[in-house]
Amino acid sequence: MASLKDLKNRIASVKATQKITKAMKMVAAAKLRRAQDAAEAGRPYAERMGTVLGNLAAGFEGRDDAPKLMTGTGRDQTHLLLVCTAERGLCGGFNSSIARLAREHADKLLSEGKTVKIVTVGKKGHDALKRGYGQYIVENIELRGLKSVEFSDTKHIGDLVMEMFQDEKYDVCTLFYAQFQSVISQVPTAKQLIPAQFEAKDEAQDGSSEDALYEYEPGEQEILETLLPRNVAIQIYSAILENGASEQGARMAAMDSATRNAGEMIDKLTTTYNRQRQAQITTELIEIIAGAEAL
Amino acid sequence: MAEAFQFELVSPERLLLSAKVTDVIVPGSEGEFGVGAGHSPFLSTMRPGVVKALSEDGSKHEYFVRGGFADVSASGMTVLAEQAIPMADLDAGYIAQQIQDASEDVADAKDEDARQAARLVLSQLQELQAAVKAS
Repeated sequence: MASLKDLKNRIASVKATQKITKAMKMVAAAKLRRAQDAAEAGRPYAERMGTVLGNLAAGFEGRDDAPKLMTGTGRDQTHLLLVCTAERGLCGGFNSSIARLAREHADKLLSEGKTVKIVTVGKKGHDALKRGYGQYIVENIELRGLKSVEFSDTKHIGDLVMEMFQDEKYDVCTLFYAQFQSVISQVPTAKQLIPAQFEAKDEAQDGSSEDALYEYEPGEQEILETLLPRNVAIQIYSAILENGASEQGARMAAMDSATRNAGEMIDKLTTTYNRQRQAQITTELIEIIAGAEAL
Repeated sequence: MAEAFQFELVSPERLLLSAKVTDVIVPGSEGEFGVGAGHSPFLSTMRPGVVKALSEDGSKHEYFVRGGFADVSASGMTVLAEQAIPMADLDAGYIAQQIQDASEDVADAKDEDARQAARLVLSQLQELQAAVKAS
């Protein structure tokens, strides 16, 4: 049985931990709002980009002169996995669920005899994949210490991906991140970046007459060629924004349950402490009474 | 008064402007062009420059954009800028910084194509600097 002093110390230490988790939850909640705003503000751009590219790409369907970024290299041998995670831990299953998805994907590709290359964005993803998949990691990018991620901060990631594609270091690129749905639900997602995939437009039939009249300046081809690399950068940027919101959401949920857990623990410890104190008092009383009677 | 149409200016970070406008002037990569209501569907890339929009109530919006593209469709016009800054917040120092970055790009360019592209951006920026000084 732990002594009274030990119990007191335990209670104090759990209380201190609870204070920390509570503070972290508050901070995450404040950051979440900002990250969520950023993710939502970034959506119109990515969406418009998708629509415009979808329109353009439809015209190139099946043509030989379509850019490689759209059609791929014609091979399916080397896969690049771009794994975006957080820079910091203590956010529940956020990092590990993304890493798990990437790992499953990599295992599947490896069992099919494909070559896998991994680029990690964020320290935690690198840590999680280092063991077991260390030999596949070609690059680790850290976005440490950035208060809010701007497009220019992530541009170099897009540049790197593009450069590797031009040097034919891989054939297919897949992006891993957590799609933000709500504070309690973040969905780890895999998205194919290269060759680019566009959602089929629902108004393709009736909209085609309008698209046909589109004028392009400079040419259709040139626009597509400038837009596709930019699209890659945008996709990465929006994935990182989504990730940012997801991370804070996951952290908030994790810290909330940690705070609650600490509260329960304190209650339990306090009960034990009180019982023991009472037991001690009773023993002392009995001793005094017994002593008095003996006289 | 000219007919108004929906105009939106978005950068990757946020939606900067969404308004009914009567006239928009865009620095297209092959020359500046103006767009009014009922313009035929049109898609153009942009060079660094200033997007000017005249809104319905007569107020003027000016934004410095650094590359991107403009999409004109029947439903309205959208400018997707890689970077957009309201002219009011723009100062000579910022452009000077951009020019310095661009000249470094020229110096760092690995092959002739990249150097050519970087040089083009640089010259466009210098042009813009001259324009800002003049105004």
